[in-house]
Amino acid sequence: MAIAKVNGVEVEFEPGMTVLQVAELAGEEIPRFCYHERLSIAGNCRMCLVEVKPGPPKPQASCALPAAEGQEIFTNTPMVKKAREGVMEFLLINHPLDCPICDQGGECDLQDQAVGYGRDDSRYDENKRAVEEKAMGPLIKTVMTRCIQCTRCVRFITEVAGSPEIGLISRGEDVEITTYLGAAVTSELSANVIDLCPVGALTSKPYAFEARPWELKKTESIDVMDALGSSIRVDGRANAVLRVLPRINEDVNEEWISDKTRYAVDGLQRQRLDRPYVRVDGKLKPATWAEAFAAVSAKIKATAPERIGVIAGDLQDAESLKATKDLFTALGVKNLDARQDGVALGAGPRESWLFNSTIAGIEDADVVLFVGTNPRLEAPVLNARFRKQWIAGKTRFGVIGEQADLTFDYDYLGAGAKTLSGLAKAKNDFVAAFKAAERPAIIIGQGAIARADGAAILKAAAGLAKTFKVVREGWNGWNVLHTAAARVAGLDLGFVPAEGGLAAGDMLKPGALDVLFLLGADECESAASDAFKIYLGTHGDAGAHKADVILPGAAYTEKNGLYVNTEGRVQMGKRAVFPKGEAKEDWSILRALSETLGHKLPYDSLDQLRAKLFADHPTFGQIDFAPGSVPTVFDLAAVGGEGEATDAPFESPVKAFHLTNPIARASVTMAECAANVSAASKIAAE
Amino acid sequence: MSVRRLAKEQPESFAFSKESQAKADWWKAKYPAARKQSAVIPMLWLAQKQEGWVQEPAIQEIARQLEMPVIRVLEVATFYVMFQLAPVGKTAFVQLCGTTPCQLRGALDLRSVLEKKIGPAHSVSADGKFSWEEVECLGACCNAPMAAINDYYYEDLTPESLAQILDDFAAGKAPQPGSYEGRKSSEPKDKIQTLTDPKLYDGSAAKKIKIPNLPEKPKKTKAEPAA
Repeated sequence: MAIAKVNGVEVEFEPGMTVLQVAELAGEEIPRFCYHERLSIAGNCRMCLVEVKPGPPKPQASCALPAAEGQEIFTNTPMVKKAREGVMEFLLINHPLDCPICDQGGECDLQDQAVGYGRDDSRYDENKRAVEEKAMGPLIKTVMTRCIQCTRCVRFITEVAGSPEIGLISRGEDVEITTYLGAAVTSELSANVIDLCPVGALTSKPYAFEARPWELKKTESIDVMDALGSSIRVDGRANAVLRVLPRINEDVNEEWISDKTRYAVDGLQRQRLDRPYVRVDGKLKPATWAEAFAAVSAKIKATAPERIGVIAGDLQDAESLKATKDLFTALGVKNLDARQDGVALGAGPRESWLFNSTIAGIEDADVVLFVGTNPRLEAPVLNARFRKQWIAGKTRFGVIGEQADLTFDYDYLGAGAKTLSGLAKAKNDFVAAFKAAERPAIIIGQGAIARADGAAILKAAAGLAKTFKVVREGWNGWNVLHTAAARVAGLDLGFVPAEGGLAAGDMLKPGALDVLFLLGADECESAASDAFKIYLGTHGDAGAHKADVILPGAAYTEKNGLYVNTEGRVQMGKRAVFPKGEAKEDWSILRALSETLGHKLPYDSLDQLRAKLFADHPTFGQIDFAPGSVPTVFDLAAVGGEGEATDAPFESPVKAFHLTNPIARASVTMAECAANVSAASKIAAE
Repeated sequence: MSVRRLAKEQPESFAFSKESQAKADWWKAKYPAARKQSAVIPMLWLAQKQEGWVQEPAIQEIARQLEMPVIRVLEVATFYVMFQLAPVGKTAFVQLCGTTPCQLRGALDLRSVLEKKIGPAHSVSADGKFSWEEVECLGACCNAPMAAINDYYYEDLTPESLAQILDDFAAGKAPQPGSYEGRKSSEPKDKIQTLTDPKLYDGSAAKKIKIPNLPEKPKKTKAEPAA
């Protein structure tokens, strides 16, 4: 540890830190525009000027200056203040004074810092420069005259997102941020540039002119669009969610979120089920809760338990899963399944369906093998971590499955089960590296195991993991990458068919059941089933279309709920707004239904339900704890099942990234993005 | 300098000719395989040499060959003003120096000649043969005013001589580059008035200087007398 002085106070710092970081260690705030901790250093805004001794008698850009032993750093001298005021004056020469009509107003770095370093008026009499607007696709609105050329967006899209589509063209006074000839940005992480933009040059297009930040009620919650459970802040006004922003969570999403997480929320206002419906004479008719419950309980009471089935969807909170399981188990129903995609998980130890290395811990892996997954589409934020490792040159990647653009290089090994089972004996560079690796990791996607021969493939993967000692003392490299936010909670709860019960795929077969209860399940072929269908959910999507009774539930922003992410981390989502219309929180609907069915659930409040949940399943009580953070060795032999693996190639279940769940499918913004991507891929194909 | 944009009308496609591709490959081979993007400037230059200007399909082609994002090539092409982003005159593309020394020596008069004979700056004449633009200092101030036409400097110009040069180009001739005042290079125009003292050239005016930090000469030591 070296020591430097910041404004006369001694600070210890790690060699290699910059002067700016050392000053921050000392608690001094350094103004900045271009510098960002997670991006490379550009040093072009000059706002972070400080005085440094020894050194030339001039202000220095602290973000790009390495700190040295014995250095004296001054952040509050008259020279520093004057220098920063000069920089600010230059920045404001060409910056328009349109804060009253700028969406960044109220959360603008330039505005904030102008309060500290700006002049009260301008000394500049010449014309300000104006810059043409740029097209950047359906998410990013540009007002390029406001741009101060910090190049954060260029660095983000190049370094973190890995799809270099934004650039700084021309030079001098004429420089402009643009995409190539106005093409839309296609990265799944593109909208993070809006957060990064320190001014109002890049703002959110769907949120344009919607609200001011101080009008919004901010609720810290958890995302359900993928299985990462990114930390988000839901900004709502009255009863509408207006936007979603990322929260910093080093263990999960760092400070990024995917475009789907950010922009699918306009789907919360559309296609909503806001009152119960009952099908009368082949048509869904609005009904009261009492009528709906009466229809449901009459049907369920008249049906034998073995002819009743329950399928839970991908966005459910753990509480509603627990209430559903309790209710239908009490009725004697064995046909329960939380795996609407039919994934071959749920038997064996808990580790077998978790991302055991943990999301942050996967950065320590030195060789990673992807099996049947496309992390770029299934978990874009996680993919940014892989790219970060790849840039650092720390990790080698191999892929069995689709040969997609993952934004980093990898060894392509093969397409299907044959490659997987033959890998242990194969002779190639990657296998040699995998064998020699100190911390090897296998990442199994739903594309490999959510199919008829999934159990056999899982067994083959587990065998491979055993051969290569992927699970060893102090390191657990067995990772399942889920795509559904509710899946791990469902598996942890044992929301799987009991002894002799039917799995989701069998329940949907015509004639298999008389009553099918769909708990927000929209991604299964429920139309194929000829059973009486009860749908509890939020959107008029696939599940509701063919339902006989619709019970309107609450979306993830409308209820307090627990979600378990792919690494087994239990996280608490908070209610930002109230459910729509007559809709109610899912668990309370189930509680009310249980009463009409004569099997009253033993809890009257969410707290009581949670207490029961924690008592029955202690893992849910460990809020924000990732089990993999304490590596445990488990027996891989217990993973998977018997069967013959076919050689059909692994395909990622996420075909259209923007349209994976009912909220996203109801979102206009997501539809635009999806159209954009398919148009772009069409052009690329030609 | 003004805001630089790609031309509105672009050809359908671009391909390097055999010769320019060979040159491009030579440039690419100069750099390590992982750093072949370094050849982007020479390749843009080759594309410009071939077509007269940098076409949008050429940017795409260079990005493809160098395996770099096309936006990076665009950044380079728009950064350097030497890359012409719109068509230029096929026979003669005049880059008139308009910086202070040339302007003091009559560049404004030359500009009106160009305006009269070719038209406004940055627009190709109706026959497609001529175009001109004003550029910043080309570093030939001793021979001001001057203009670069195609690859060569035409120096010590007068409105008459520039008009003659343009006429010669129009007639299909190749006017001689260099000074149009009979100078060889940038020597004084008339009689030499400075540095005339012959002492300057016979070495007598040279001061003895001591070069610091020279290694000491080995001192001659007398051989010790034999005992």
